[in-house]
Amino acid sequence: MKKINARDYQWQELNDVVRATTGDIELEGCLGERFIACGAADRKITISGVPGNALGAYLNGAEIECLQNVQDAVGDTMNSGRIIVRGSAGDALGYAMRGGSIYVQGDSGYRTGIHMKEYMEKRPVIVVGGSAGSFLGEYLAGGLIIVLGLGSDTFPAGGFTGTGMHGGEIWLRSDALPPVLPEQVCVTRVEADGISGIMPYLSDFSQLFDVPMSELTAKGFWRLTPNAKSPYKRLYTPN
Amino acid sequence: MPINFLCPEYEVVRDYDRCIACRVCERQCANNVHSLIKESGKMFADSSKCVVCHRCVSLCPTRALKIVKSDHSFRQNANWSAKAITEIYKQADSGGVLLSSMGNPEAYPNYFDRLLINASQVTNPSIDPLREPMETSVFLGKKPTELVRDENGRLQNNLAPQLHLNVPVMFSAMSYGSISYNAHESLARAAEALGIYYNTGEGGLHEDFYKYGRNTIVQVASGRFGVHKAFLESGAAIEIKMGQGAKPGIGGHLPGAKIVGDVSRTRMIPEGGDAISPAPHHDIYSIEDLRQLVYSLKEATEYKKPVIVKIAAVHNVSAIASGIARSGADIIAIDGFRGGTGAAPTRIRDNVGIPIELALASVDKRLRDEGIRDEVSLVCAGSIRSSADVVKAVALGADAVYIGTAALLALGCHLCRNCQSGKCNWGIATQDSQLTKRLNPDIGCKRLINLVSAWDHEIKEMMGGMGINSIEALRGNRLMLRGIGMTEKELEILGVRHAGE
Repeated sequence: MKKINARDYQWQELNDVVRATTGDIELEGCLGERFIACGAADRKITISGVPGNALGAYLNGAEIECLQNVQDAVGDTMNSGRIIVRGSAGDALGYAMRGGSIYVQGDSGYRTGIHMKEYMEKRPVIVVGGSAGSFLGEYLAGGLIIVLGLGSDTFPAGGFTGTGMHGGEIWLRSDALPPVLPEQVCVTRVEADGISGIMPYLSDFSQLFDVPMSELTAKGFWRLTPNAKSPYKRLYTPN
Repeated sequence: MPINFLCPEYEVVRDYDRCIACRVCERQCANNVHSLIKESGKMFADSSKCVVCHRCVSLCPTRALKIVKSDHSFRQNANWSAKAITEIYKQADSGGVLLSSMGNPEAYPNYFDRLLINASQVTNPSIDPLREPMETSVFLGKKPTELVRDENGRLQNNLAPQLHLNVPVMFSAMSYGSISYNAHESLARAAEALGIYYNTGEGGLHEDFYKYGRNTIVQVASGRFGVHKAFLESGAAIEIKMGQGAKPGIGGHLPGAKIVGDVSRTRMIPEGGDAISPAPHHDIYSIEDLRQLVYSLKEATEYKKPVIVKIAAVHNVSAIASGIARSGADIIAIDGFRGGTGAAPTRIRDNVGIPIELALASVDKRLRDEGIRDEVSLVCAGSIRSSADVVKAVALGADAVYIGTAALLALGCHLCRNCQSGKCNWGIATQDSQLTKRLNPDIGCKRLINLVSAWDHEIKEMMGGMGINSIEALRGNRLMLRGIGMTEKELEILGVRHAGE
């Protein structure tokens, strides 16, 4: 596997170098270089250090594994592929993502999974091991967000979760009661026996980060879906 | 409830001496205005359903129909207009937000109509475009500020990617979904034939139209509908939509009922689901964030395409444009408050934003003052109605203009302003297959080519009159304009002198 030391290049050159290579690569010593692997397909990129914003934007099939934290806007408008973060993620993770998956071992920042959408065989998935910040899954139009709240006894998301949600599902693993949620959101309690639908993703998370399944299923989930009785819409009058 | 009966604003008038009850009007009207009364064998028209699109008038074989403004009126009141009264009735009835289509129809000052163009007499001869070469083609994009030479002294190409337009006119963003497949095909083919560009709007690009990619601007908006690598790579430029003149500061909502078949496939969202474009991009809260989106798009397309940032003309437009010019964008598109829309809340459309003439003049001046005018090209939009408007816009500082409403008019739109209903009788703003087939893309394309070619000829005539043989020499050339009937302040903002000065 080809190794590239990010410290040898200015960010734009680094991205040129990455594009000029084919096959799997290891990027070492990243320190905030932006736009790594924009639109990348059919390869694996392993990153050590902390890559900068918009890592894997428009990702088109590549697999990115980050050994430490990542910054903002990771997986923006991602179409397919997988991003694994062995640390925490910044804000606006997976914005408007349409396909593929993002697994974060630690926490994610504000605005995780805003306006994700799904289409035909494409169903984007974000799994966050720790907690997510406020505005989780705002305007959610499709796909699946799972927040596991590992290591926390409080509700693992901030305020305004699911505002404007009109599709998709958000699963939050917690025994703590959710705060007041927007009227576009329906909440149901799902105990360990009812989680078969998300089992494949829990199992992936368990394997990726070496967390026993028994721990992941030790608590029940709150399942958030769009409220069909109060859909996101405004009443209009033709004028 | 009788309170809510709104007497029709317009009446369908039928000349029964001419009407042969052939029922063409009935078949042509998607609003079910016309019907045959069996007992009498006569046609009847329910004017309350009429949207004044003139489809029946145009197709009546005996010319028996006309639509006239009703003389029915409320008691005269200079304050409470019929419009104000009926809008209150509508809202008291439904509790809904008033929704309108197409551009702001209110009687705000129009500065294009208060600007006059110069011509040469005696001392600096005018140019005859029939005899002399005239250049109306323009390049849009960042212009280099210095020459770079290699070690042998040869010039190095440090030019950022450019769009080349044969005429400084492009078709503005109208999504597939808001307008029909045939309308998009007409625009795409005309853009190719004219050597200009059309714009996908935010609804993605239909697979059939990838072949027109060299003349396509692909749009990325807050909903990111249909945005993926192949889409970004298919176009000649990428436009980030931050705002729209008809509805600054608010998002879009294409109802599930219009997300059918190919529209669903092109937007890459399920059939019947709502397509919501949030008001802001939720990853953009600053110029730095905008810069991030600009560069992520450039990275994804290897710096081969110019990036356009489109904003609505609002109060602080020049400061905003100055920020955008520093964000890495190549082109700024500014959409004035008369710009069209497939649907916008009436109050927003009619009350938010500023005229494009003032916005454009102010942005051009600001960028010049700051020495960054060449960092970006300026495209202006928001009701460019004629070649004279194009010439005036260029003289106020635009590199090119976008036309939307004018292009739709060329396709047969009669400005009935009812696009939101999805029942466009001219087959433009509809997805109903019975209606969309009424727009023949062969004819539509031809009519668009005719319009832009005619404007090009007129632009050359006006340039020739001014003694200017290249449109580049007209750009920002405000000495070629004089104001008429304007205040000192208006003249100051536009940067032009009063007629006679």
